[in-house]
Parts: sequence; structure tokens; C-alpha cells
Amino acid sequence: MIVLGIESTAHTFGVGIVQDKEPYILADARADYVPEKGGIHPRESSRFLASMAGKVLSEALSEANVKPSEIDAIAVALGPGLGPCLRVGATVARTLSIYLSKPLVPVNHSVAHIEIGLLLTNSRDPVVVYLAGGNTMIVAYNEGRYRVFGETLDIALGNLIDVFAREVGLGPPYVVKGVHVVDKCAEEGGKLLDIPYTVKGQDVSFSGILTAALRLYKKLIAGKADYTLNDICYTVREIAYSMVVEVAERAIAHTGKKEVLLVGGVAASKALQEKFKAMAKYYDVEVKVVPPKYAVDNGVMIAWTGLLAFKHGVTIDPVKAVVRQRWRLDEVDIPWRK
Amino acid sequence: MAKIELIRKGAEAYLYKTYMLGIPVIIKHRISKEYRDKVLDYRIRYHRTILEAKIIGTLRLRGLPVPAVLLVDPAKAILVLEYIEGTMLKELISRDIELSKRIFMELGKYIGIMHSESIVHGDLTTSNVIVRQSDNKPFIIDFGLAHYSNDIEDQGVDIHLMLRSLESTHPKHVDVLFKEFLKGYTSVRGEEYTRKLLDKVKEIRMRGRYVEERRLKKI
Repeated sequence: MIVLGIESTAHTFGVGIVQDKEPYILADARADYVPEKGGIHPRESSRFLASMAGKVLSEALSEANVKPSEIDAIAVALGPGLGPCLRVGATVARTLSIYLSKPLVPVNHSVAHIEIGLLLTNSRDPVVVYLAGGNTMIVAYNEGRYRVFGETLDIALGNLIDVFAREVGLGPPYVVKGVHVVDKCAEEGGKLLDIPYTVKGQDVSFSGILTAALRLYKKLIAGKADYTLNDICYTVREIAYSMVVEVAERAIAHTGKKEVLLVGGVAASKALQEKFKAMAKYYDVEVKVVPPKYAVDNGVMIAWTGLLAFKHGVTIDPVKAVVRQRWRLDEVDIPWRK
Repeated sequence: MAKIELIRKGAEAYLYKTYMLGIPVIIKHRISKEYRDKVLDYRIRYHRTILEAKIIGTLRLRGLPVPAVLLVDPAKAILVLEYIEGTMLKELISRDIELSKRIFMELGKYIGIMHSESIVHGDLTTSNVIVRQSDNKPFIIDFGLAHYSNDIEDQGVDIHLMLRSLESTHPKHVDVLFKEFLKGYTSVRGEEYTRKLLDKVKEIRMRGRYVEERRLKKI
């Protein structure tokens, strides 16, 4: 069975082609929208994605060396994500499905991040820590669905470090040679400043960290501080990452699971991985990290999740395949893990 | 010297069972975490130890079923607490739903009283309630994240956490058990406040990422 998957939830137009036997991945084509300054503007990003869609699609088909007729199903991420961007992928997928007379499979982007992580790290039943620009969640499978054990009550971890980097002039770009600029800046720091540590049960809140860090920064540029920007970065990193590790730890204690899997763009942070490894020693838990290439948005994860779903009869009528910007991962039935 | 037995490795503390003056007790030791900055680590453990002791004391005075504090050593992050012989509520739900219903109503009442005392638990889950064997009284434990607050937002987080721990570990029994919980809670805090609090819970759930509106009709 061969499935083609399309990702376009935010800043990446990705087309992946996978099959149900090794080597699972047949093609992985992508185009990333990189804003010149500031964050992602949904309209600007969607225009970029639309302009690249055709090229990325044909790249994937030639890389996989399959004819469109050999594909069994078209999978698409219908959410969650940015509306204008989601519509680009949905339009391409609906068109392909109708034109080629292939079934269309709806995929939840967050579930796809988890599934590709499970496949590539050989995890069985982990506590999943999903950290990205727009998501911070602690998730574990239970009774037919991925259940949310904790999440951010306001902004996401990726959002916190990106916005902080931008406001203090460290980025964009936010990631240089695979290292986030805040992580890099923190390496030279070591003084713990006064920034709130906010864990509410299994949930976290990052907005107070951002406010406090920016206040410290203002004091610094006014020349009234006995600390450096490195110390602020160090404190932001220590507090924010420790909060995430603590809530993950609580989920491990609560569920008794024996693996923890880090997925999403922020999972690539070495500093964060070190903290997770140090935590795992206290339990008998194995830490697994999705390879950096598949930690960020890509079409392969959509194709792979689409394949799992399609094998269990999940399809959608192209006419009804509308995008869902706020589609929660705990609303999705996961028949393939039963 | 009584035997000291490690009975649970919790998320932030190790629990040891032993005897003090012949009474069964729990030693709660907040362990140092290698993954945290040393200053941050000390700060968190010191403050949580003191706060937990203070809060349990306040609740005892109000007559709520919480384990008594017998000793506090914040610098070592150690608390010695009364040992409660019983079952975790989480385990009871799958075993005896009728009894669980009764317990949820009683628990709702206790949480109502706790909130009237301006105390929020901060980690209210089905793992943090022990149903005492001798009289089926639900003892609320682990006040490690509890704090004093009159803020309806913080109280809403308590309710949200209880609801979510039900949703994530006992999805089949959410509605019936949460209804009983609210019955108890309302009996202490009144219809009007409870309604307001539930609106707040909705708002908190809306703030979580990617929440769809229709999901909220449940409460």
C-alpha cells in the first residue's frame, strides 16, 4: 500500500510518500516559508505555500519513482493550524483525490507528529511530549485516543523562546545550525534571576516568563542591572524547560509508562534533551527523540498517519473535507492502536 | 529504630513508610533534581515544603480529612505526615462505581470548603485522593502545589484538573462522577458561585491550544 500525504498547516508545504513495509519512506519533499523579519504572517505564508505546491508535489513523485495511478490514497492534514495555509493543502489534496479517483484520508497534524515519532524511534506506548511553535502538550494513549495529560494554559514553549529572541534582537533566524538562539545565548549565562516558575498541576503557563524576562531586559539596556543577557536567556531556559520536564515527570508517575518520546520542533534542543535524560534516571524510563529532520513539519508524517488510518477504513468525502483550525488531537479516534 | 520502607517514588517526592511513637507515618522527602539549576531546585523544594505544611494545618483546623503534619524540615525538604491506610480513588473507580459516586459527592463538598478557605490544591487528580479503608472517607493528599488564593481562576484550575484526570483515565465515567462532585461542591458554595466557577472552567479550557467550541458543551 502506498499513501501520499500533504502537510501545509503553517510554514511548510510538504509532500511525503510512504508504503506499509520497509523502507517506509519513499519520498520527502518540502518547501519552507522563512519570513524576512518577525513571525509567520498566515496570508504571506499561504501565498508562498501555494506557489510551491506544484513543484513540491512533482519532486515527491519523481523521488518515489511511482506513478500517480500506483498511489492507494491521498492523506492531508486538515488541522490544527493556520486557516489560509491549511486551505492550500486541502485544495491540492481534494483536487488530487477527485482527479485521480483516490480515497481522501483526513489527518490530524498533532497526531501525525506523534505517529512519525513512534515509527522512527520504535516506541511502543510512551508519554509523548509535544513541543512546537504552536503546541506544548503532554500526551499519552489511553482507551482509543491520545489523551492530553497537561498543556500550556497560554502560549506555547516554542512561541515563548521565539518571541523572546525576537524582542531582544537574537532572531530571526531562531535556529542557527540546529541550535536555538536562546539555547546558544544561555550557554554563557549561569546566574538564576527572578522569573516565575508556574506549574499548575500538570499544566504550565509561559506568559509570565515572557513578561518577566522582557522586564529584566529593559532594566539591562537601561544600564541598571548586575546581570547579562546571557543570564536572562539562562534563566528563561532553566525555568521553562524545567517546568516542562516536571509536568512530563508527573504524567510518568501518573500513568506508569516506561518510555518518554519528544516530538515537535523544540524537541531538537540538546539542552532540553539533557534535562529529560537526567529526569529519566529517577525512573526506569527510556527517553526517545524524534530525528530532527522529522521533528519539524513534513509531509511524510501526514502520509504515514494517513496510511495507518486508511488501513482502518478512515476516509472522508472530498466535498466534506474542510479545514479545522482548532482540531484537538484528543478528538481523534485512533483505531490502529487498539 | 523502626523499619523505613520506600513505598512510592512520586513525581517530586519519595514517600517512606515508618513508625513514629508507634504511629504509622509517611516521610515525604522532596528529592533534589539533577535536571534543575541548583538555586532553582533549592527554591522550589524549600518553598513547597513550607507551604504544604501550612496549608495542611489550615485544612485540619477546618476539620477536613487531610493527613496530619507531624514534623517539618524545609532545609532538607522533609515532611512527616500521618499515614492513611486505604485505596487511591483512581483505583476505586474501576472497582466500585456506586461507592465512587458517593465519594465524589463528599469530595466535592470538601473541595468546596477548601476553596471557601481560599486554598487551592493545584494538582487535584484521582491519584491524589486516598479513600480510607476503615470508613471510606476520602482523604485529600499531596498539597505540594497548593497555595492560598481567592482567585476564581485558580479555583477553576482545580476543577479543570479533576475533570481532566477523569477524562484521561476514566473516560467512561466522567459525566456521572463529575455530576456528583458538583452536587457536593454546590451544597457548600451555592448555585450562583458554582455556575460562575464553571463558566471560568470553560474559559480555562478555551485557552488550551486548539480547543473546539463544541467540546465545551459538556460542562
